[in-house]
This record gives sequence, C-alpha cells and structure tokens, in this order.
Amino acid sequence: MRADLLRSGFAKFALLIAVFLVLYFAIPAVEGNYLWRLPHLISGWPEQINTFVRFLMYDWWPIDIYDPEIEEYEASPLIKEVTRAFSTAILFCIDLLREFLLGGAKTLAAFVGWDYARAHPELAWPALPWTIVAAGSALLGYALKGWWLALLAACATLYIAIFGQWEPAMETLSLVLIAAPIAFALGLLLGVLAFKSRSVEMILTPLLNVAQTMPHFSYLVPVMVMFGVGDHAGAIATIVFATPPMVRLTMLGLKKVPVEVVEAAVMNGCTNRQLMLKVMIPAARRDILIGVNQMIMQCLALAVIASFIGAKGLGFNLLLALNQLRIGQALELGICIVLIAVVLDRLSLAWANKGTDYFADQSFAVRHKYSLVFAAIVLGCFALAYLGRFIFGDGINYFYMIPHNQGITTEHFWQSGVDWMVENWYQGLQGFNRWLITQVLIPMKTAFLGMPVIATFVLTMGIGFIVGGKRSMATVGMFMLFIALTDWWDRALITAYMATFAVIVSGTIGFGIGVLSARSDRASKIVLLVCDTLQTFPSFIYLIPVIMLFGVTDTSVLIAVIIYATIPAARYTIEGLRAVPLPLQDLGLMSGANRVQSFFNIELPLALPHIMLGINQTVIFALFMVIIGAMIGTDDLGQYILKALSDKNGIGNGLMLGLCVAFMGLAVDHVIQTWARKQRTALGLA
Amino acid sequence: MLKYLNTALGAAALSLTLGGMPQAAFAQDSAEPIIIPTHNWSSQVVMAYVIGGIFQSIGDTVEYVPADTQAVYEAIRNGDVTISHEVWQSTFGASFYNAMAQGGVIDAGNHEAMTLEELGVPHYVVEQNLCPGLPDWEALKNCPEVFATADSEGKGRILEGPQSWHGDLMPDRIKALGIDDKYVVKFAGSADAIWAELESAKKEGRGIITFNWTPNFTDAEGFDFIKFPAYTDGCRKADGGDGSCGSPIGWLKKAANYKFPKTHPKAYTIFTKISFSTAQIGQMAALVDIDKLSHEDAAKKWLAENEAVWTPWTK
Repeated sequence: MRADLLRSGFAKFALLIAVFLVLYFAIPAVEGNYLWRLPHLISGWPEQINTFVRFLMYDWWPIDIYDPEIEEYEASPLIKEVTRAFSTAILFCIDLLREFLLGGAKTLAAFVGWDYARAHPELAWPALPWTIVAAGSALLGYALKGWWLALLAACATLYIAIFGQWEPAMETLSLVLIAAPIAFALGLLLGVLAFKSRSVEMILTPLLNVAQTMPHFSYLVPVMVMFGVGDHAGAIATIVFATPPMVRLTMLGLKKVPVEVVEAAVMNGCTNRQLMLKVMIPAARRDILIGVNQMIMQCLALAVIASFIGAKGLGFNLLLALNQLRIGQALELGICIVLIAVVLDRLSLAWANKGTDYFADQSFAVRHKYSLVFAAIVLGCFALAYLGRFIFGDGINYFYMIPHNQGITTEHFWQSGVDWMVENWYQGLQGFNRWLITQVLIPMKTAFLGMPVIATFVLTMGIGFIVGGKRSMATVGMFMLFIALTDWWDRALITAYMATFAVIVSGTIGFGIGVLSARSDRASKIVLLVCDTLQTFPSFIYLIPVIMLFGVTDTSVLIAVIIYATIPAARYTIEGLRAVPLPLQDLGLMSGANRVQSFFNIELPLALPHIMLGINQTVIFALFMVIIGAMIGTDDLGQYILKALSDKNGIGNGLMLGLCVAFMGLAVDHVIQTWARKQRTALGLA
Repeated sequence: MLKYLNTALGAAALSLTLGGMPQAAFAQDSAEPIIIPTHNWSSQVVMAYVIGGIFQSIGDTVEYVPADTQAVYEAIRNGDVTISHEVWQSTFGASFYNAMAQGGVIDAGNHEAMTLEELGVPHYVVEQNLCPGLPDWEALKNCPEVFATADSEGKGRILEGPQSWHGDLMPDRIKALGIDDKYVVKFAGSADAIWAELESAKKEGRGIITFNWTPNFTDAEGFDFIKFPAYTDGCRKADGGDGSCGSPIGWLKKAANYKFPKTHPKAYTIFTKISFSTAQIGQMAALVDIDKLSHEDAAKKWLAENEAVWTPWTK
C-alpha cells in the first residue's frame, strides 16, 4: 500500500519535472511574452498604499491642537494624534521602569512638567545600585524554583555588571519588560477570542501567517511613520513581532483541552469566565508556556533590529561596536542579550509552574520571608553602595554602578582570534570561495533567473496539486501570482535561489546533527541548548567575521543564512525522533531489524512529519536571514527592503516587498503543513 | 500623559478667554528636551554628545535617541527628533531634500568641514605601487586583476556603498569612462560591510577599491581617493550629463525640525552657529576609536579641551 502510494506520487513528480523542463527550455526569454514574465499589473500598489497612509496620517480629519511650546494652534490629523498618544503612554511606562533602574527625571517631568523638574533636580530619582537588582533577581529565582535558578540569575546579572554592560542591559530590559507582558496579554486574549469564535479565527489566521513570515525590516517603516522614532517604536515593533506565536500556541493549547475536562467543569457549575480562566487556560498551560518561551525569545531577537527605529540599549551599542569592527565587544553585548533571554524565560516558566500554597496558616515571618529577605537586600546594598563611596573615594563607585567602559573585557582575546582567523584562513578559503561562486552559485542563480514564469507556476502549483489537491494548487498559485505581478519577480527569484541553496545545506546539516544526537540524552540536551542560544544570539555579530573571510559576496550571505537556518532543522529532527515511542523501536528490534533498518523503516517515517515541520521553519528562517543578508550586500528583495527605510515610497514598497517574502514562505509553509497533516493521518498519529 | 491633559485644558481655557491669541514672542528656551539622534559611527555619536553638552551649558534639557541614518529625516519632519547634525551631501542629500520637500525640516546651515565621498584605495595600495599610476583614474585601466575577487569573474571589483545611497551613480560612471569591461560595481549592504572588507584587505595587503568618505576614521591610517575627471554641474547622468565625472567636494549640513527655532530660540541660534572643521571631527572620532574612551567621556573631554572653540557660539 505504502509502496504504491510512493510509486504513484513518484510518477506524478517525474511527470511534473518533465513538463517543467520542457517549458523551461521551450519558452524564449523575450520581454513582452507573458509566458516568460507576467506584466507588472500591480506595480502601482506601493504608490497607492503610500498615498493612502500619508493621507491617513497627515491629512485625514485634521483637528486643531494647541502646542504650548510655541503657543500656537496647529492642525494635526486625528490618527496621528491617536497614535502619538498611544506612543506617549508606552514611552511613559518604559521610562518609568527604566528610571526606576537607572535613575532620571523624565517620569517626574511627565507629571509636573519639565520646567519644574529642571528647577528641582533633587527630586529626580537616583539609579538603583546594581547589587540590588542582581541580588533581587537571584532571590526571585530562588523563590520561584530553587538554588539552580538563583545561581543562574545571579551569574547572568553579575556577568552583565562586571562586563560593564549594566546601563544598556537595563535599557533593553526595561523595554522588554514592558513589551513582553503586553505581547503576552494581547496574545492570550486574541488566542482565546479566536478559540471562541470561528470568524475571529478566520480573520486572525491569515494575519498571523503573514505576520510570522514577514521579514522584520518591513515592519520598521510603517511603525516609524505611525508611531515615530524612539523606545516606544522599538517596543511596538517588538510587540507586533512577538505576539503571533503567543496567539497561535494559545489557540493550539485550548483546542487540545479534552472535552471530558470541559464537561466536568460545566457539570460542576463553572461560569464561562471560570471555565476559561480556571479550567481551560490551566489545562492548556503546556502549549501556552511554549508560546511564552517563543515570545520572550522573539522579544530579545528583535533587540538589535528595534534599535534601527530608536530603541536604546544593548542592540544599539552592538551596532556601534560592529561599525568599529570591535567583534569582541559586540560578542559580549550579544551574550548579554542571550543571558537576559534565558533568565527571563526560565523565571517566567518557573513562575507559571509554581503551584499555589494552600497552607495559609503561617506566621508573619514565614509568609513574608521573601519580602523580608528582599528588604534586607535593599538595605544591605544601599549600605554597601554608601560604603563604596569611602572605599573608592572620588573614583567610580563599583558597588553602585559600573560604567560601560570600566568593566572587565575579553575583547582582545576575541579580536586576536578574528585577526588570526583572517590571517591564516583567508588564502586557503579563497579557492573554495571562488569554486563555490563560479561553479555552484552563479550557475544556480542563472538557472533560477532563466526560469520562464509559466514554468515556475507549473512546478510550484504542480507540487501543490500532488500534495494537497486542487485547493493547495490554488493557494500556492495565488501566492505566486501576487509576486509575479509586482515589479520584483526577478528579485524574488534571486531570493528564492539563495533560500533554496541555504535550505538544502541547512536541512542536510541540521538533519545530520539531529539524527546523530537524538540517540543520546546528553547530546540532545546540548544541541537543544546550542539551538536556544544561537536563536537569540544576534546574527549581526557573525556577519562581520564572515565578510572578512569571504568578502561582500553571496557566499558570505549564505554562510550567515545557513548558521541561522540550521537551528530549526536540528531542533525538530531531535524532537521528532525522540518522540517516537520506545515500544515501537523495540518492536522493530524484536522483529529482527537491525539498527539501520529500524531507523529507516520505523523511526524516520514516524518522525518525518515533525521533521518536515522543522524544514518548514528552516525555510522561514532562511528567508528572514537572506533579507538580513542585505546588510552584507545582495541584489534581491532584501536590498529593496533595506532601501525602503529611506525611500519616498518607503511604506508601500516596504510592505509590498515584505508581502512578497511572506508569500514565498507561506506557499512553502502551506505545502509542507498539508503534507505533514496527511502523513500524520496516514500513520495514525493525528 | 498629564501633559496632554494640560494641553487640552490650557487650550480650552485659552480659547474661552482670548479666542486663542498667542502671547508675544518669548526669548526663553522651553524646558522640553531637545532630541538628538545618534547613528552608528563614532564621530557622529561623539558630536551628538558634544552638541548636547553645549545645549546643556545654557540650561536646556537634551535627550539622545538612536535612529537609522536614512529614516531620521522622516523622524525630524514629524518632530520625533529635533535635529540632525551630520547631513552628508551625497549619501543623505536625497533623503534630506525628500523630507524637506514634504515640509517640516529646515536647513540649519553648514559645517566648516567639507566632505568628499568618493571611490578610493587604502594608502598602502599607492605606497606599494600595487597599481602604478594611482590615484589617477586612468591607472585603473591597466590593473583590474589587482582588484579582482572571487565573484568578479576576472574583472576588478569596485565596492560601492548600499544602493540606497546614490543609486546607479558608480555603475553609470564606469560605463561612461569606458572601463566597464574591466570593472564591476558591487553594492555593499552597509558601511560595516565596507569596513570589514577594508580590514581584511589590509591584513592581507591586497588591493581593494571601495567607496569611502572624509572626514572619517579611515583618514588616520591613510586613504587615497581616486582622481576622476573633475565634477561639473550637470555632469551626472541623473542631471542630464554623461556621468563621466568624479564626486564634488560636498557640504556637511545641519537639519532641524521646523518648530525648533520657536521652542528653543537660543539653542537654535547656537545650532546654526555650530560649525566643526574636518580636524575637529577627526579629534572627536579619534578619542573613541584610538583612545578607546566611551562616547560620552570623549564628548566631555573634547568640550573641556576646546572651550575656546564652542563658547563663542553660545554668546
């Protein structure tokens, strides 16, 4: 049965490839031939989007606003006032938290005005000594989980302080601590709404799909135009980017709650509200917590990109360090970002998993032991900071605040490492680089660009048809049609070529690593940890050494892409293989299959649907990184997306280009998801 | 937030009593912070803190916000950022005039420093005579292989800045000069990519042609700009010429939000007077790049050592 299925699928594919090849070579590359390239029917859309947004933001419904600074009335459009009020609110929250940690007068000024704040500098809040934050987070870790988490939190904060990154780290932290809860609440709310109402789900699903596949840079221009530049814009971009996984996993979790649980709750007289808050959400917590984990990772992953539109903190300092080619410094900053991500993730996880203590009958000291310890910490740290004034005299008070150029640094070590690499490897790698570019990449790029549009459509829609029938064929076709009707089909082909190459290599490497390490518990754990780290580690850092070795070439871009895109391939392979039930493996061995046979005939087929979802993620990650690769220098969609930041038609171009990338990702996503679903059903897994 | 409430209340009260007559012009600066953008290169960040320091010396409040170099003009236009103190003619000129045409940005005068944004080679390329005859452009004809890279198919490669900076200016130029059969132009994605390539080339001592500018941190180690045929008005392809000319000596402008002169008249007057020379910009960059000070400390040090330069502006 399976063999038949395989054979018929195989025959269909062979036929498809044959048709594709015939079309490929039969259609002449003539401009004006619609089989070669479709007419650019929607090339006017960016301009229209632009006009519309400008109208909305700058002309629609002007209201007179009094500006006390210049004592004049000014006409300002309604939407702009609304979005700016929203920005002010978010900025206020970020500043409040930031000034609590680092000191300042902006919060004060927000209440009493700058005139008063300036006249009374003594009212400005001083910075909290770093020791309080460090000890406080360790205490929090202990209270939530125990010694291990306390140690982790303490090490992370100590690292940040000792390496002199305290200020930027707290700036980033204050942004994330505002953005993450908003993203969490918004995600949970939307997830619940989508679960309750079919129509909300129908509207939300495509939006989520697009939001999760749109490259980060495409968001920046619209966010900037609507909300301005600054930490609030950074926070809003972060929220937009971090909410979708939260929504999705909330929906998924709620759907998986067994009917019996719901029935039991209803029988016990739960109201709707109680049912959701006390029964369904707790029952779905496993998936929701994965959502929280993903959300926090996304928040920190955006730390660098958010600094393009005004977020202060680690991301901005990192870009500054890279511009001076100070890789070591950038690396230390990158590690800070990873550490914040890990600690926040573990703390939130521990908090969510902490059971309620129902033994309320305790003495004051026991009930409030953590508050009391914290009070002691605050007093102790203030005393220490005060003491520091005498120990360090007029110099820097290290017990209070370590300025960012006064910490210890390992910069020289990394710098000389990079220097050594360039000096010793450059020559040797040139041969490889030249071979790869002239023998593989350029021919592949030419082949992609030489593809007649009809051939591309036949191939992609054909795959859609074979995998998912007419519906899939139509879906894939619509996605492709959108791209083909814009001005950027050729550029999309270049993006596709780079992504394809990267996916092939990443998929192979990731799958290989996954298969090899899935056998051992320890190896799996290590690989998964590396995956977590690499995912939040800002990819901008390795762009520079890669350029030093391979120049501004496609090789550099692809190496950066492959490093990043291998993560999901490895992760999903391990997860998929390890989820194969042990009895099934034993069954194979008992039936006389050897290790290899058991792997290919039992484990791999069972794990394949999950692994394919990993490949799906690899495609999305690869597309994201190809676009970021524009920072190295590419001539694909990414170059134009970067350009949109300064373009007159920036909003329209940025969005449309972003959609092109998103649709490429979604077409692949649709096919793979459909295949995986069918396969699961066929295997009896779903 | 309360500020908004105040604004609304004030507006209501004022329109009730006076029908909205503005008070007489006032010479005091508002206490609202002046927002200064920081970009990702040293001299610009130090200069931001220097200018901020000057504003603070007359009692104004300042705030710094990181911003993308191209996006910042839109931000100034909307009032999210108050000023920009380094507007480079050929790199940001387009974005600047774009924003100006839409209203909201004003030109606050030029720095003394003149800028050159041009293709060139690191000094060792000339010194070691890797391509005899440089920096004259005619020399390029004889040695494309010196500048060849893995992906240039035997031709010499010219590493240009991002395409968003000046479009097809360089490809047009090499075509007009008739060396496009020997050279290809490759667009880098960011300034960082150019610095990384320059650094790597320096370690290897190999030839490289990149887009670069002065004043810049590369001045310290020596960078020779190629002498192309002189620039004349209208010689560029975009202006109707054939494109066979080099870059002009350019200006370095200051830009401000249109409300800035009204809200901070004193600071605005100072801002129009501020004018740094190439040497001064070099000093600021060197304090960070060579002396490894932090940007803020570098600015403090520069302000302390150069009071004679900046105090006259505040008078």
